[in-house]
Amino acid sequence: MAHAATAGRVPERGLDVYTQKVGMWVFLCSEVMFFAGLIGSYVVLRFGAADTWAEPGDVLNVPVTAFNTFLLICSSVTMVKAFAAAQEGDQRGIKLYLLLTTLLGATFLGVQVYEYIELVLHKSWQGSHGFTPAAGLYGATFFTMTGFHGFHVLLGVICLAWATIRAWRGHWGADNTHGIEVLGLYWHFVDLVWIILFTIVYLI
Amino acid sequence: MATIVAEATGQAILHEEHEQSFLRKYIFSTDHKVIAIQFLIYTLFFLMIGGLLAMLMRYQIAWPARGELPLGGIFPESMVASGYILPEFYNALVTMHGSVMVFLAIMPMLVGVWANYLIPLQLGTHDMAFPRLNMLSFWAMVPAGILTLASFFVVGGAAGAGWTLYAPLSARPDLTGVGLGQILWLAALVFIGLSSILGSVNYITTTINMRAPGMTWMRMPLTIWSLFITAILALLAMPVLSAAGIMLIFDQTIGTSFFLPEGGGQPLLWQHLFWFFGHPEVYILILPAMGFTSEILSVGSRKPVFGYKAMVLALVSIAFLGFIVWGHHMFQSGMNPMLGLTFTVSTLFIAVPSAIKTFNWMGTMWRGNLQLHSAMLFAIGFVAMFAIGGLSGVFMASTPVDIYIHDTYFIVAHIHYVLFGGSLFALFGAIYFWYPKMFGRMMNETMGKIHFWLTFVFFNLVFFPMHGVGMVGMMRRIYDSTGYAHLQGIEDTNAIITWAAFGLFASGFLFAFNFFWSLKKGRKAEANPWNATTLEWQTPSPPKHGNWEEIPVVYHGPHEYSHPDVEDKDWLAQNERPDVVSPAAGSH
Repeated sequence: MAHAATAGRVPERGLDVYTQKVGMWVFLCSEVMFFAGLIGSYVVLRFGAADTWAEPGDVLNVPVTAFNTFLLICSSVTMVKAFAAAQEGDQRGIKLYLLLTTLLGATFLGVQVYEYIELVLHKSWQGSHGFTPAAGLYGATFFTMTGFHGFHVLLGVICLAWATIRAWRGHWGADNTHGIEVLGLYWHFVDLVWIILFTIVYLI
Repeated sequence: MATIVAEATGQAILHEEHEQSFLRKYIFSTDHKVIAIQFLIYTLFFLMIGGLLAMLMRYQIAWPARGELPLGGIFPESMVASGYILPEFYNALVTMHGSVMVFLAIMPMLVGVWANYLIPLQLGTHDMAFPRLNMLSFWAMVPAGILTLASFFVVGGAAGAGWTLYAPLSARPDLTGVGLGQILWLAALVFIGLSSILGSVNYITTTINMRAPGMTWMRMPLTIWSLFITAILALLAMPVLSAAGIMLIFDQTIGTSFFLPEGGGQPLLWQHLFWFFGHPEVYILILPAMGFTSEILSVGSRKPVFGYKAMVLALVSIAFLGFIVWGHHMFQSGMNPMLGLTFTVSTLFIAVPSAIKTFNWMGTMWRGNLQLHSAMLFAIGFVAMFAIGGLSGVFMASTPVDIYIHDTYFIVAHIHYVLFGGSLFALFGAIYFWYPKMFGRMMNETMGKIHFWLTFVFFNLVFFPMHGVGMVGMMRRIYDSTGYAHLQGIEDTNAIITWAAFGLFASGFLFAFNFFWSLKKGRKAEANPWNATTLEWQTPSPPKHGNWEEIPVVYHGPHEYSHPDVEDKDWLAQNERPDVVSPAAGSH
């Protein structure tokens, strides 16, 4: 019963890791399988119909998305800074870095929406006007994979906004870092998935 | 429902909400025991719906030319016209019987009910790791159920492409005549996936991190082991189905062609994704049943489980192998025969851990002091039926044999021997066994035994002849088999199967009557009516909100029956020290 009275209402045993963190790791395993399903399908479909794929950069705007990728990587850095600030009890740092992470995430989403609008309304693809999910397997896989990633970013931004509001109320501190750490795990995962998606969808 | 949850007396130290409103206590409850009971009511309801669909199918199979469906008039004209079940409705019956039974009845009954109920109680903790997520995992099942029921009444009827949803049949409305119904069912599937994933996160985290002091991994009851492994399977398999299901919805709604060959897509990809989920799913549906059986057999034989460690290793290896055998559902799909051979070999491997478990169950019962109550009868029934279902599984693991029996009633017989004779028998056993803990009253034993014997006899009358019907080549989803030359002469067998199926369905109502009658009239249960050793029996029946006044401390393994050092009783609870119960034992 040495460490029975740690934080939380329920005494914890087992791993020397708090329950929310274990839960998030377990949840991320399931997320890995979700994206593995999508990415695996993408690989199979693309190998089966390689001649219908566009050359990198022909349809998709790689420079804009590269910039967007850079934003998302920066947001992972600010997320780490937010957690470090929380560990030190630096209230100003917590607020600043959580807000920055939220804004970077929201900007990523904004750029993605802009990208979708441009593709659907202004891009020509195989003779027809507009590049949509119905535009062959290339369009279908592109919108499904980036769309589901965007949905995950959206969920993350909502949670980040909520954490930022809490930061202004003084919720986080050196004695209360778990929420930020767990949210950070999720956020880094979403970032990592994007780096894979950016590579296989945009670059090769 | 007053007996369902004991009043919070204020002594459950860690829970401050004593005065809960009715809504918080029974409807939007975060108490794992209430959520388990919600799941139980929900799944029993869908078990009845699934059974009803099967009865309609059986009527059509036995008497395709007769019409005159009893009460046929209550169905809309689009389903039953002048007493005849229409082919489109038959497709919906086939599809939805399988879907409802797998996703809304058996799977949530195995996991939603028992993982929720037993994990905190058997591990000795107050509740799940994430009680609110747990509540959400039940409430995500509610829209799934509503969407499923509603899909029968939309234009085109319910999904009709089989429970495996093979594309392009499932992706193109013009092939089956079902449009919206198929989409609704896929949407329900996404909710089921969400519920299952949230539940699994909870079960796994709770098991990893919230075991009572002294509850080491190798002291966990086998029920917990099986539920833990099952949760890992669900966690890793369900998201793949969700991803595939979403792609299929897109094919139907926004004009993609992931699985449609005319748009460059690959129907085979659907089969791979579905069975990558589907085969682990088969073990999701049987592993918890194996856990309950081990538990009940040990208690009912008054002996420790034979080969506890081997049982755990067998569970783990079945789960691992379960992920690399999905191709054995696809021998007929035109895959490379070399690949087929690999899947044959990996599938045959599963017979080894399965046989280990079966022999260990027999070893557990061997020379035991058998207590043949209803729960024990169902557990023994499970072992027998699982052996038959497991052996017919070996037949179809082998590619050449499978090519002959693929998509025949032999497959139907096999799946029902493992899913009904296996999972459902164990579930009935589990309900008889843990009912006193859940509701504080015993189920009626006489009715329970009659229920067992009726179920056992009718079950075998229904499904054993199906092996033969399948061997002569009766197709698995055929609407009317009478027109085929090679199927002449099986009409009588089909009629007998149908009558036995009616009997099987009817005996379910005896169980339902017993279940609800015992809530009010059953004999009051003491804390430990079976003299069992695991922790859930060492707290009142039903346990209070929070389960324990003080977290128990565990001193030894889960199945210490007939312990040689304990003198005046034949069991030693996990939280009892042998040297305290029998001082003489301390000198060893």
